[in-house]
Amino acid sequence: MSSVKDWAVPNPVSENRSGIIGKNVDRYEGRLKVTGTAPYAYEVEPPSAPAYGQAVSATIARGRIVAIDTSAALASPGVKLVWTSENVPKQAARGERANPRSQRASNPAMGSDAVEFYGQTIAFVAADTLENAKAAAALINVTYDTQPATVDFLASLDQAEMPPGEDDTEIGDFSTGYRESSVKLDETYFSPIANHTQMEPCATTAWWEGDKVTVHTSIQMVKGGQHALAETLAIPSDKVHLITRYIGGGFGGKGQSYDDLTLAALAARELNQPVKVAYTRQQMFQATIHRPAVQMRVRLGAEADGRLNAFSIEAITHCARNVPFTEHAANFSRSLYASPNRLTGHRLVRMDLPGAGPMRAPGEATGMLSLECAMDELAEKLGLDPIELRIRNEPTVDPETGKPFSVRQLVSCMREGAQRFGWERRNPLPGKVQDGRWLVGIGMAAGIRGNFLLPAKAGIRITADGTVTLSQGMTDIGTGTYTILAQITAETLGVPLDQVRVELGDSDMPPAPGSGGQFGAATAGSAAFETGMVMRRTLAEMATGDPNSPLFGVDPTLVTFANGNIALENRSESLSTLIERVQPEGVYVEGSISPAADARDWSQHTYGAQFAEVGVDVVTGEVRLRRMFGVFAAGRILNAKTAKSQITGGMIWGIGTALTETNPIDPRYGSFLNQDMAGYLVPSHADIVNVDSMFLDEVDDKANPLGIKGVGELGICGTGAAIANAIYNACGVRLRDYPMTPDKVLKGLIAKGL
Amino acid sequence: MKPFTYERPKDIASAIKAMRANPAAKFLAGGTNLLDLMKSEIEHPPHLVDIGRLPLATIETTRDGGLRIGAMTTNTQVASDARVRSLYPVLAQAIVSGGSAQLRNKATTGGNLMQRTRCAYFYDTAKPCNKRLPGSGCAALGGLNRNSAIFGTSEACIATNPSDMGVALAVLDARIETLTAEGATRSLAVADMHRLPGDTPEIETELAAGELITSVVIPPAPVGGQVYRKVRDRASYAGALVSVAAVAGRVAWGGVALKPWRAEKTEAALAAGMGIPEAVGAELATAEPRGPNSFKITLIGRLTAAALDETLAGRRA
Repeated sequence: MSSVKDWAVPNPVSENRSGIIGKNVDRYEGRLKVTGTAPYAYEVEPPSAPAYGQAVSATIARGRIVAIDTSAALASPGVKLVWTSENVPKQAARGERANPRSQRASNPAMGSDAVEFYGQTIAFVAADTLENAKAAAALINVTYDTQPATVDFLASLDQAEMPPGEDDTEIGDFSTGYRESSVKLDETYFSPIANHTQMEPCATTAWWEGDKVTVHTSIQMVKGGQHALAETLAIPSDKVHLITRYIGGGFGGKGQSYDDLTLAALAARELNQPVKVAYTRQQMFQATIHRPAVQMRVRLGAEADGRLNAFSIEAITHCARNVPFTEHAANFSRSLYASPNRLTGHRLVRMDLPGAGPMRAPGEATGMLSLECAMDELAEKLGLDPIELRIRNEPTVDPETGKPFSVRQLVSCMREGAQRFGWERRNPLPGKVQDGRWLVGIGMAAGIRGNFLLPAKAGIRITADGTVTLSQGMTDIGTGTYTILAQITAETLGVPLDQVRVELGDSDMPPAPGSGGQFGAATAGSAAFETGMVMRRTLAEMATGDPNSPLFGVDPTLVTFANGNIALENRSESLSTLIERVQPEGVYVEGSISPAADARDWSQHTYGAQFAEVGVDVVTGEVRLRRMFGVFAAGRILNAKTAKSQITGGMIWGIGTALTETNPIDPRYGSFLNQDMAGYLVPSHADIVNVDSMFLDEVDDKANPLGIKGVGELGICGTGAAIANAIYNACGVRLRDYPMTPDKVLKGLIAKGL
Repeated sequence: MKPFTYERPKDIASAIKAMRANPAAKFLAGGTNLLDLMKSEIEHPPHLVDIGRLPLATIETTRDGGLRIGAMTTNTQVASDARVRSLYPVLAQAIVSGGSAQLRNKATTGGNLMQRTRCAYFYDTAKPCNKRLPGSGCAALGGLNRNSAIFGTSEACIATNPSDMGVALAVLDARIETLTAEGATRSLAVADMHRLPGDTPEIETELAAGELITSVVIPPAPVGGQVYRKVRDRASYAGALVSVAAVAGRVAWGGVALKPWRAEKTEAALAAGMGIPEAVGAELATAEPRGPNSFKITLIGRLTAAALDETLAGRRA
């Protein structure tokens, strides 16, 4: 096993001789996307004319299908097949895993007549056109035996249980420490259900050739999707060719496959014809995973100087009855602030809802909504500046594990942000700044998000014309993965960027874990780098061993790569000349990355500080963002442009969390109220004014050979709390119930006599 | 989506004739609402009569100094018209607070008045809705009805009318001019065009089958300030929680009823010399909240008082 020490030696990326690393590089696939010519899964042209599928969703939360009348649908124009649980082709039972190495188990569609959530697929129609399929689907008549369902989270808190295999984490003696603290805070915060709301719905185009199925689908994890479909169809995974080239947003919601994948494959086999299936916008809300609601009790006990003596977050959340998942809203806090006495833990309510699951910064995004407000409240109780309070509780080592930090620039983020944002202009007394009908306030919050490296492989081919092609079973969910992989490959091999091609999202390619958990760039990028290093060694051996090369006979470890050439001092030749002469069919190598054996000897995170200025309409309680600034420390930045887009996009996500996003469950039906983008409110352009961000210089040499870390989720961490704190500073209304809509703010204004 | 037929008549007479020939047909104008409703299986017209190219897209000054706005003018065209902006700023403000720029570029004056409610239960075909399926019930009653109406509701429907433009037109005493299926013309106050739900929430306007809105006529601009204020959950592309149009002692509300709501008791009280808070309270006393939407009473009261303050100060904010 390798050690992180191996990563500290200089390498082509850290030396960055061509200067490609860190540059503002336009998106590799940007032109295709903005011209509408990047084929997304539903748009891929199959080898022959396709049929179109439409899933029918359950309209009860729990029960059984007693009868289902499909006669009208079958007689509807253009209909090719109608399936229910009674006649859908046989699939492996849910959770079955014939191949123990499969990353995902079987996930059958319409596996039984039981309904476990509102929106579950209970029937499926395929027709010659999408319109005919939809019209027929609307004619299916279902009779249910409805059973009582648990769908109201706040009314079901008494059913909360310890999540399977977990325990509370206690360090020191929290209750004594809390009791003996001179200043105490004990508040409860609520963050509601949120939907991923990807622009592109889940969609699949499938066709068969013999016993092998090709599926173009929208999924974040190539192997996960391939294995799930193989297990469900009970076929070997090498009989599933899964392709996912372009993905219109995932955010964790496409970390798994849904019935569009299974039903497209099954119907294509049945009809002996390609089949396209997409979820409707309504099904995206009702029938895919969501971020669960979380109720968080925060208790802080501090000494008069601000030092925390006791610290606790207890989070209650929920998941689907048969699909365990815990939104770990307390975990992030275990590495954030120093305190000798600490208690954190989670409880889980099993509910009859669609699966709760990961959404961008699962745990952190919700958890920081509570603690980072509580710190603001505690600062006020102590008469301390909120930044100063955080600095006084800055730990020197990880406060729970005692491990050293790999690199931690949280305090620098806060100080840099305070200076650039103009924090010193903040009046610590709320409600003192007015601009016309707007009360204006400033708030801040800290952010922390873990960093990970997973095993991954990659392949690089160089052809005789000098074209370098990186191929990897990785995905780009809109983040810039194509682009950064091209940069890493170009810099590692010393070739111009426009000589590099990147091919992703294919199960035939060397596997990478995909996009999620902020591990994508570090994992896929490190594999690409290591593969580039294999290629360098291969080419060096090739040149120095070839009597016709100007490099013949020199020490292969001394040759350099730059400008598309392999060289040693004044002897050089181009890669294309070398390959055309020695191996005209091209050179292909694979490489891989694995976590270092000692990687977990360090506490390793990304950090940020978020600053927000809001206006609160003193008449209506409307909150409008005026400006927002974030300072982040996340290792070496590969591409200033795509990294900034991602981190600022995360901040924008957090603005929605703070101000608009929620999807209440109608307790009578167990369904979401909002099922389109006119009802489920994410920020519009007009909501986002003057949002900016910057990265601090950083290299984390404990992270991976590139010294990089993830930026996909950090931008959300703390955003909502910074806005909540700004609202308080603006008008003196302290809300602990997200999102902070006008009705809630107005109630607070009235209570204050405003 | 159900199959349908489509025609695009060249003149108004042909459009009216087409509707007479097919009483279940619908006029298609900008399509920003109807096409969505068809795709969502909420409307199923067998035939569409596309009036998009009828010569109804001009804005003329009337002899008395008001404006006649063709039914097929776009929302963007009306909101950016110099006469509208100078004489009726309340209308321009209301229009640009609605939808999004893309929608306003397509949406028309007539279509805006004909748009249907955004009640989430109306859009959810799996739920009862008397408007969508008469007799099926109202899921919003006793449901998640933070956004529903507080005036003029019934046990059959508590939905709201989503138009911002309509609220401004109502306060300006604007009238629609129509052509009936029989070819007769008539005129109707915008404030009287929409029906309250009663027992028949599926019947939304006083227009007869096949009747075409040809124009909206606004009387000369009243003296004094004009204000449109809209409260919403986000800064753009969101329906009003509540909105208010205030002009010359007249007040109309949006987001509180199934029609643009003229606060007549408030107007009468103001005319009688009552103070603003009392005058606003006179209308609010008749509100019928249903739990989650009760905040609208306080909100519209505060908003109206602020808007009246602004207009009475003579400012055109």
